Amino acid sequence: MTAPRTTPVPTTAALALGDDALVLSHRLGEWAGHAPVLEEEVALANIALDLLGQARVLLSMVGDEDELAYLREERSFRNLQLVEQPNGDFAHTIARQLYFSTYQHLLYTELAAGDGLFAGLATKAVKEVAYHRDHAEQWTLRIGDGTESSRERMLRATAALWRFTGEMFQPVEGLDVDPSALEAAWLDAVGGVLRRATLTVPEGPRSGAWTAGAGRQGVHTEPFGRMLAEMQYLHRSHPGASW
Amino acid sequence: MATAAAHQTYGAEKAGADTTAYERAFDAAVAADERIEPRDWMPDAYRATLVRQMAQHAHSEIIGMQPEANWITRAPSLRRKAILMAKVQDEAGHGLYLYSAAETLGTSREELLDKLHAGRQKYSSIFNYPTLTWADVGAIGWLVDGAAITNQVPLCRCSYGPYARAMIRICKEESFHQRQGYELLLALSRGTAEQHAMAQDAVDRWWWPSLMMFGPPDDESAHSAQSMTWKIKRHSNDELRQRFVDICVPQAESLGLTLPDPDLKWNEERQHYDFGPIDWTEFKEVLKGNGPCNEQRLTQRRRAHEEGAWVREAAAAYAAKHNDITGAMQA
Repeated sequence: MTAPRTTPVPTTAALALGDDALVLSHRLGEWAGHAPVLEEEVALANIALDLLGQARVLLSMVGDEDELAYLREERSFRNLQLVEQPNGDFAHTIARQLYFSTYQHLLYTELAAGDGLFAGLATKAVKEVAYHRDHAEQWTLRIGDGTESSRERMLRATAALWRFTGEMFQPVEGLDVDPSALEAAWLDAVGGVLRRATLTVPEGPRSGAWTAGAGRQGVHTEPFGRMLAEMQYLHRSHPGASW
Repeated sequence: MATAAAHQTYGAEKAGADTTAYERAFDAAVAADERIEPRDWMPDAYRATLVRQMAQHAHSEIIGMQPEANWITRAPSLRRKAILMAKVQDEAGHGLYLYSAAETLGTSREELLDKLHAGRQKYSSIFNYPTLTWADVGAIGWLVDGAAITNQVPLCRCSYGPYARAMIRICKEESFHQRQGYELLLALSRGTAEQHAMAQDAVDRWWWPSLMMFGPPDDESAHSAQSMTWKIKRHSNDELRQRFVDICVPQAESLGLTLPDPDLKWNEERQHYDFGPIDWTEFKEVLKGNGPCNEQRLTQRRRAHEEGAWVREAAAAYAAKHNDITGAMQA
């Protein structure tokens, strides 16, 4: 960040945004060598790299990026439960990306328009995120309005992940933007894409007492611990080493 | 100049023109170091050789993503993780260039992938070795990409234009990857004792397979002579292998690592490094499908393709529907 720091970096907010990007980037990295077409090998890796770049800037605002990524345990991560969900099939990956990129695009647009500590990062990242959102929307349309079986898969994926979407609009301490103000625009945008894709907007709860704000408080879902075990094992096996 | 006759379009031959005249013009164009382009006449065997070589090259990029992608989720720092992801992404891009270049010869990506999946076309033997530690990512960058560059730089002057142009772009990115691999190993070599040992172990395991990447010795190389006449190939397997060894020995010294060959020593008379015998039995076994990871690599590739079938079908169905709508609106 080039802006002089006149106020301390809001740790909770920087970790929330940084962990979202770090964890989703990791999940997308798991696709390498497994994508349905070569073009998607390129696209998914591209999105993963953009997110990893954002994570590195955000974590570095708080401390050492590698210490934060590799030496915290599950309960100290502040990412949304949505982004830690396993890749599932391609429809699940796209549904997760649609939900998250739409949210991130709205959030970063607001942050970029302000003059807070995240404005610089958001101004650069919002261009990347606009591309991620477009990619997810285009695939939602193709899978939803493709074949009968692809439509079934997209319906299952959008429904399965719906329960994790409410958490995105919980307040985050130290963030210049109140995420709850983005909720109506998010519902409108995602609903519009789903309808154009001939899909229905899922009906279940978008969060309950069991998930509301949980990831942001360091309470995660079961797959997350295993993801971290894999991500951190090598770094932790060689304490103090440089790579 | 041979240009005028050589660059007659391929279709003209069907109009009953004299094939031998085309052959003479083709030979003259190759001799004059001109580029053969997709619409030019070319001998069937030249076309077939190029399709085989370019397909194998494209397949190697795609299969070659696997041993490195194996470490993306375990990369030990965020900087290394970003570098590795970018590299694997580049490889997918190289595969795309090469399939496109091969398609100019009248085949299709789908057809070539089907042949790969059926085991009817090959990929580089090197990718049948496993990446067992993080240092293997560095050894692949330094040695495997290094050997690939030594092989591929002469292909930038290959007689077939689309292949030569693809190689110019690919070689630029490959040399970047090679430097990154070298730098990764250097960090390990200068790191803790455990890291140094990890780097040495990786070089020990990857050295000989990298030398095998240049193919069989010259006296056993089936396609070499013809490929050299056609200027698809510019140097023999053994020449390129020697060049690679000569480049690697001083690099290993500056890395602070040794190469696992007791016979390796400078030959003042030849002005080259002498090196020990290659285990060609192992090479042949790997080519026959009996290497450590042949089964795993092909199975993963087939599975990705099969599991992605519904996605490709969905995209095609969507395109058909929406083209219909456009068509209906235009009608």
